[in-house]
Amino acid sequence: MEKKKNGLLHEFTKGIVKENPVLRLVLGCCATLAVTTAASNAIGMGAATTFVLVCSNGVISLLRKVIPDKVRIPAFITIVAGFVTIVQLFIQAFSPALDDALGVFLPLIVVNCIILGRAEMFASKNKVLPSLLDGLGMGVGFTATLLAMGIIRELLGAGTVFGIPILSHFMEPIIIFLLPPGGFFVFGMLVALAGKLSAEGKAPESTGCAHCPLAASCSKLSEKDNGKEAAR
Amino acid sequence: MDAQTIKSLVAIFLAAILTENYILNKFLGICPFLGVSKKLDTAVGMSCAVTVVMVISTAVTWPLYTYLLVPNGLGYLQTIVFILVIAALVQLLETALRKYMPPLYNALGIYLPLITTNCAVLGVTMLVLEKGAEDPSFGYLQSLVNAFGSGVGFLVAMVLFAGVRERLENCDIPETFKGLPITLVAASLVAVSFLGFNGVVDNLL
Repeated sequence: MEKKKNGLLHEFTKGIVKENPVLRLVLGCCATLAVTTAASNAIGMGAATTFVLVCSNGVISLLRKVIPDKVRIPAFITIVAGFVTIVQLFIQAFSPALDDALGVFLPLIVVNCIILGRAEMFASKNKVLPSLLDGLGMGVGFTATLLAMGIIRELLGAGTVFGIPILSHFMEPIIIFLLPPGGFFVFGMLVALAGKLSAEGKAPESTGCAHCPLAASCSKLSEKDNGKEAAR
Repeated sequence: MDAQTIKSLVAIFLAAILTENYILNKFLGICPFLGVSKKLDTAVGMSCAVTVVMVISTAVTWPLYTYLLVPNGLGYLQTIVFILVIAALVQLLETALRKYMPPLYNALGIYLPLITTNCAVLGVTMLVLEKGAEDPSFGYLQSLVNAFGSGVGFLVAMVLFAGVRERLENCDIPETFKGLPITLVAASLVAVSFLGFNGVVDNLL
């Protein structure tokens, strides 16, 4: 109660800077690399992911005492998939152009590790309000990073930002920034920059399974199973 | 099966490996690509697991979508149904591996549950349907070949990159770039080399 206000604010702000899901926790890199060829796509993807993140965090937090521990991952995935379907139908109905641009990455929000990671690490252990704020903060952090990458890649690769020509009068666009290698390169540079500016002063060691919050639970699960077998 | 079909299947297979490489061209499955590619043997094991799951999932989800969901007007349930089918298949595979191949299970047991949330697997099951919608001749067999080729392409990218990363271990890298950033820059260079394959498969036909 006493630190509530500060605590709640912290849940929101930590996702934007300190624990930025993309640059510091290195989650959800597939979507980050794939949709950032234009700034507008980046915003669309960020907004869709934020919606799913906030809703699924809220619902999972509400159900955290109901869902049995053993089947929690399938249960989380089902909840997330439900919200993704909602977003998908909504975008198909109201913005077919965005649906075309995001393509398969829209349904793939289901397997975006940010969402499952936050469900597992935060929402399944915390009350509803902090979970919602955590989801919102992480979503804003994700969107901001996507936007930064989208602006850089669109500016260098096409000479425009949100479709408005800026650099194209002065120079030939460097098309490789729109192609996959440019995505990896810009992402690498941003991770290095974020690492340099962070408290520890260095970039994360690696990503994927070792850094995915699910991995900890997975290895713990298999340890538990191995222990059970040994006891048998 | 006539010669033309076989030729087109070979083209689909090669295209899936080289020009439509899941990791380096489509950005699917980046997490295992960056996370498990440090050692060659884990990279190979993970890719094999992904390939098997890709082919099995496609084999199940394709008929499920075409003959059950679409005729009943339930196409919009695709996302939910596919992810649950994949989750169940991964669970089955894990149990089977634990029972029959304990050494492999010990090596990859931790990663298997994560294949459920691997975008490459869910991606391949959806992308083959998208291709089928665009081109009616892209049927069940073509989808399976595409899934297998995508898995092999995953393997190729992982193995190549594991080699690059082993070299990076001994390099003098600026402090800021140590760890993930230099890995991503290296991935960028590997992706440049894959750009060179553009057009190769079209010319084969």
